[in-house]
Formats: sequence, C-alpha cells, structure tokens
Amino acid sequence: MTRNRPSPPAARPPSLPPRPRGGFGRAVLAILWKDLAAEMRSRELLSAMLVFALLVILIFNFAIELAPALRSTITPGVLWVTLAFAGTLGLNRSMAVEKDRGCLDGLLLAPVDRSAIFFGKMLANLVFMLLVAAILLPVYSLLYNINLFRPGLLLVILLGSLGYVAVGTLLAGMAVQARTREVLLPILLFPVIVPVLLAAVRASGGFLQSAPFEQILPWLNLLIGYDVIFLAVAYMVFDFIVEE
Amino acid sequence: MIRVRKLVKRFGLKTVLRGLDFDVQQGEFVAVLGPNGAGKTTFLRILASLSRPSLGEVVIAGCRLPAQAVALRARLGVVTHQPLLYGDLTAEENLRFFARLYSLPDPGERIEAVLEQIGLAPRRRDLVRTFSRGMQQRLAIGRAILHDPEVILFDEPHTGLDQNACDMLDQVLRDVAARGRTVVMTSHDLSRVEPLATRFDVLDRGLICASAAPRDLRGNLLDFYREALAK
Repeated sequence: MTRNRPSPPAARPPSLPPRPRGGFGRAVLAILWKDLAAEMRSRELLSAMLVFALLVILIFNFAIELAPALRSTITPGVLWVTLAFAGTLGLNRSMAVEKDRGCLDGLLLAPVDRSAIFFGKMLANLVFMLLVAAILLPVYSLLYNINLFRPGLLLVILLGSLGYVAVGTLLAGMAVQARTREVLLPILLFPVIVPVLLAAVRASGGFLQSAPFEQILPWLNLLIGYDVIFLAVAYMVFDFIVEE
Repeated sequence: MIRVRKLVKRFGLKTVLRGLDFDVQQGEFVAVLGPNGAGKTTFLRILASLSRPSLGEVVIAGCRLPAQAVALRARLGVVTHQPLLYGDLTAEENLRFFARLYSLPDPGERIEAVLEQIGLAPRRRDLVRTFSRGMQQRLAIGRAILHDPEVILFDEPHTGLDQNACDMLDQVLRDVAARGRTVVMTSHDLSRVEPLATRFDVLDRGLICASAAPRDLRGNLLDFYREALAK
C-alpha cells in the first residue's frame, strides 16, 4: 500500500528561487496579448460584434429615409447606438469566456493586483470596439454618403469607446457571476453609460456639423471626466467585484 | 507551512466551515477526504485566496490571508478539476501567458522543463482545445508548478480522468512531493490518495473530524474513513 508513497517531509525543498511579484504593467500586457491571440484564432467575438453592427446600420439605412441635409444630424445617434449594442455583445462574451472555462480563477490566482485583470480585459475590449468602428465607419460612409473620417470625430470615438468599455468591463465582471448575465449586463450598463452616450453623440454631431470648438469642448470634457472617474472607480473596486 | 485556526465560512445563512483547525508541516502531503458537500472545495478555495474566510485565521508560508494574498499567490500552485487553461492558445502559449503573469525570469527555459516533466513537449504547439481531458489536466499541473511553488493545492484532480491519465497524474504528484513541496489534496477517491499522502484528514460538515498518518491506520483507509464519518 505504501510502496510508492512519496518521501516523508524530512528534506527541505531544494533552493527556492526568489519570488518576484508580478509587475502590474507586465500583467496588463499579458492579459491583453492573451485576449488578442485567442480572438485571432477563434474570431468568435469580433465576428459577432461586426456582423451585428453591420446589420444594425443596414436596418437603419432601410428604416430611415434621410434627406442629405439631415444626415449629419442623425448620424451620431445611429453610430453610437450601433457601437453601444455591438459593444455589449463583446463585453458579455469576453468575461463569459473566462468564467465558463474556469479561467477567471486562473487569473485571480496570479500574484498581481487584481485591477491588472480589469485593465488587461478593458484594453482588449477597447481594441475590439475600435476595430469594429474602423470597419463600420467606411461602410457607413458609403451607405449614407457622408464623410466620417474627421480627426475630431475619431477622437470622440476613442474617448467614448474608452468610457464605454471601462464601465462595461467593470459591470461585465459583476454580471458574469449571475446565471442571467446576458440579460443583466445591458440592464446594468445602459443606465450608467447615458452620460457617455449623450456626450459622445453631441460631440460627434458638433464635429460633423462643423460647429465651433467652444460648443463641442464641454462634451469632450464630460467624456474625459467620465473616463477618468470610471477608470479610477474600476481600479478601486474590481478586486471586490470578482471576490467570491 | 499552513496554519488554520477556527476557520468559519458562511454563504448567507448557510455555514459551510464551522471553526476548522488545520496544520500542515513543510513537505507533508495531506489528503483531505470527505463526502460531497463536506466543504472541501470551499476550504481549498480559502487556502488558495480565491474566497475570503468569514472568521478565523489562515497563515500559509508566512503570509496571512486575506491581507497578504498577493504575496502568497507567488508561492502557491492550484489545480482544480477545471484546467483553468485557454483552449484557443497552444500549450506553450498558455504556459508563456502564466509565466508572464508570475514574472518568471527565464520563462523559455522553465516552460521547456515543465513541458518535458508533464510529457507534453511533443504537443507544445497544439491548441489546448484539441487535447484530451487527461492532457489538459497534465497541462493544468504544468501551469500550477510553472513558478515552482512551495505549496500546491489539488482539488479533486482525478475527476473525469481515465485510468492512464490518472496514473500519469499520480506520477506527477509523486514528483512534486519528492521535491519536498507541501501538498494539500482534496478527494473522495480513497484508492487514489492512499498510496500518495503522508497524512489523511477527514472533513465532514465543516470540521476536520479525524486525522491519521498511514502508519496509524489500524485497518485500511476505507475503514478509517467510515469510522470517522460515523462519529
């Protein structure tokens, strides 16, 4: 019975290497790399977001007959509704993959501050969202015959997407613990992102209608403030959110 | 190496662990046995710093939980019945990812050594989703020992494995124990833990109700286990 039993605990373990604590930045980049590498292989998340986004703008194109003069007024709303809905798909999926395969525990066991997990996942979600936007903009420009490649609008998309994924990743981390996470995430997310959507739509509209910069600036400030506040909140509370 | 005092864990109104005391010396291989629902997984998740104790004291490798959890995690390896691996990454990419999380100084060399140790070197560039359950579990052990932890926790590692995979897993467990690492393993499969452990603890209804070294077993392990549960 005891023939193969391991040796009794007499000897000290062989010289143990020094225990480096994981660097925060290194962990963030590792998680970002992992999410991008896995997505490049499976293309589950990006393809779902992209197909959904394209379908939404196609439906809008058929549903709303727009006079050319009205296009720059309606475009920001259509654009941000499309990005927000497509983004929800991605947010749900990015955390669900970790939970369903038990990988979240693997991340939580790493010797790094758990907010590194948040920032890694958030940056990956931001990359996916910006990739969807990068494909969406030319398609939208073709369908509606409107030039969306304006530096100001691109800045708004970057700031708006950052705010959206900051809150979205935080709430996805919360919703993933629930069985009804697919339903729960939009219910939690949409009320909280009203300020970012409002500011992004107004700022986008301002740039598309060539409004004076002084009129756009308050909305840009709101976007920046929202981003900073929610990144700080996520940094402080993510550990408690993923704690069992 | 591990000291647990009066550990209580409550989920709402339900108390899963009821003032549990537990000590493990460096280099011991302790099997925590118990029926389903006894609290084994909850206990191990607390030791792994994945769950906070409601009350009580937990000190592992000099680190007090939950305050020093980050420091502890660098000295801890955990294997559960889920592999905690990414199916869309190769075996080598999975280990490289975890090596980065643990800030290993020479990840390439260490990954090479671990892949050899778990017998997956020839499959290093294959996606993990193409692996059998047994291979995934071996890679999970590779992930857990990658940073050469002093304490390794195994939560029912044999679950869902066939005979060959179980035998390979046992060999890896023996290798780990032979290197003087401290091992705590939960199981309800007595035949698997009997040849491996240097101590058997029986956990029932949230308390350690019996403890014995192999030489102290009067009959076989099954008799000891049944007697402990019948108390």
